[in-house]
Amino acid sequence: MKIHEYQAKTILAKFGVSVPRGEVVFKKEDAEGVARKLGTPVTVVKAQIHAGGRGKGGGVKLARSPEQAGELAGQILGMKLVTPQTGAEGRLVRRLLIEEGLDIKRELYLSLLVDRAVAAPVFMASASGGMEIEEVAKEHPEAILRETISPATGLQSYQVRKLAFGLGLPAEMLKVAVPFFHSLYWAFLETDASLLEINPLVVTGDGRLVALDAKMNFDDNAIFRHSYLAELRDLDEETPSEVEASKFKLNYIQLDGNVACMVNGAGLAMATMDIIKLSGGSPANFLDVGGGASEEQVRNAFKILLGDPNVRAVFVNIFGGILRCDVLAGGVVKAARELGIGVPVVVRLEGTNVEAG
Amino acid sequence: MSVLVDEKTRVIVQGLTGREGSFHAQQMIEYGTKVVGGVTPGKGGTKHLGVPVFDTVAQAAAKTKANASVIFVPPPFAADAILEAVDAKLPLVVCITEGIPTLDMVRVAAALKDSATRLIGPNCPGIISPGRCKIGIMPGRIHKKGNVGLVSRSGTLTYEAVHQLTQLGIGQSTCIGIGGDPIIGTTFLDAIRMFNEDQGTSAIVMIGEIGGNAEELASAYIKKHVRKPVVGFVAGQTAPPGRRMGHAGAIISGGQGTAADKYRAMKAAGIHTVQSPAEIGETMARVLKKGGAKKAKKRR
Repeated sequence: MKIHEYQAKTILAKFGVSVPRGEVVFKKEDAEGVARKLGTPVTVVKAQIHAGGRGKGGGVKLARSPEQAGELAGQILGMKLVTPQTGAEGRLVRRLLIEEGLDIKRELYLSLLVDRAVAAPVFMASASGGMEIEEVAKEHPEAILRETISPATGLQSYQVRKLAFGLGLPAEMLKVAVPFFHSLYWAFLETDASLLEINPLVVTGDGRLVALDAKMNFDDNAIFRHSYLAELRDLDEETPSEVEASKFKLNYIQLDGNVACMVNGAGLAMATMDIIKLSGGSPANFLDVGGGASEEQVRNAFKILLGDPNVRAVFVNIFGGILRCDVLAGGVVKAARELGIGVPVVVRLEGTNVEAG
Repeated sequence: MSVLVDEKTRVIVQGLTGREGSFHAQQMIEYGTKVVGGVTPGKGGTKHLGVPVFDTVAQAAAKTKANASVIFVPPPFAADAILEAVDAKLPLVVCITEGIPTLDMVRVAAALKDSATRLIGPNCPGIISPGRCKIGIMPGRIHKKGNVGLVSRSGTLTYEAVHQLTQLGIGQSTCIGIGGDPIIGTTFLDAIRMFNEDQGTSAIVMIGEIGGNAEELASAYIKKHVRKPVVGFVAGQTAPPGRRMGHAGAIISGGQGTAADKYRAMKAAGIHTVQSPAEIGETMARVLKKGGAKKAKKRR
């Protein structure tokens, strides 16, 4: 699950991580007041969308007065922000973060994620802040520092020191760096994050470490134990059909092809998309109806598939194990009767109750 | 022969009295698996499906001499169930549950390291040695006893492959569903090593998917150590980057874990790769007919 930068900063601040002072704004009229309250000579007006590269796309601007902050807010709010991560259609900016400007001496990169290969959280750091870490990894892999955190001991201070010295931080900054990293790790664990990325992590003129940008992704499997996270969800940042599908607990991802598919099992669903491509078509979606799908869910799934204007045919591929073929068939027939399907539907059934289906 | 499970396996079911546990335990019993007890805290002393129920795994293991456990426990409590089985020193634990938080599995992985337990899963259909023992939710009747070992991250996609093999008269020694999560107890490499050392397995089918580097690691091992023929398929050639494709572990991250990379590694290891899942069975048939030629033509 993704959240906005301003939400990530609020969470991190609760765990003691230094973030710039700032406030979210939904209406351009509120921007000037926030900038005035912050009182710094420079404030930063930042578009809040669930995609990176906002600066390059013109979604992050410096204001040298509260009035200018208001003007910039008027320009950025409501704009279609296009970045390498949004695709050509861009994303409509509905929220802004107005932040104090900082005296930036250095920009570093820091992230924390679970490395599945070693089944442990790993801190990744680099002195090349503000750049795409994948580029750094490609050009200068040796520039990326890593510290694997043992689940048994947790983050140890010596590990922070290794990273800090590796980043060229002076010894006087250790008393700032050690608590900073510990707070990040604590926030990561306590919220069941899957990714925590601070890019850039800045060293300020007065020797502080501040998370100038913060990206936090959360483990979807753990949201059940963090109700406050569920409240942070921004439906405007999600594809409408996927929002609809999540209401029915359907595992659905919209793509841009013309052959829709409905399958039971994620592996089989991916393989079915592959078969569609191999046969010269293009998958319109990923959809795993799962083992426990009811007739109702099948009908709802069909409705969503047919709601995609690109869809010219539907391929239902089911291997009945827990999901019984007759239940699936009942749902398909019901959907056909109710919705009036205007495109060809190919159904392939195998497994439990296949004759009945 | 087989790996990990056979006629000597005695299984307890954690979550026996729940809806999922009950249904699948019944199926396992009907298949002929030796289900010897169940664990539901608070229901110890009762009987269910003809077997005794216990309050704890330790009690169940001691009383029934079980050597394996299968876990049908909801996500919030599943990691705890695994750890309880590890604590009871059960040699084999199969966790079916999908949806366990990743950080829970980080802790479980650490606990497994110095333990006597092999974990299969989580988020898997289980493991079956056809004709001997079935632990999990796979439909038993599509399987056939034989010599092909199968290891897969998927559920229904595995059944497709099994079905194809059985229809062609090619039986299976053991089918291991290692699961779709990013952190699992038994990897491709673990399974393939076991199949390589099993005299009853003469060929292997490997079904991977996008995300992580497990297929690449296994391929490197196969290149060096495995002379038995291997047929491989990777699901998700059309998956977009950065999206979780159903399985928590099926995600292309930072350019890593693509199907293309996995196919490249598999081909370099001499694995007979197929682009379509429909060709798994016929490819194995062809490979076995050729007298089990190990190396497919190496493509550079």
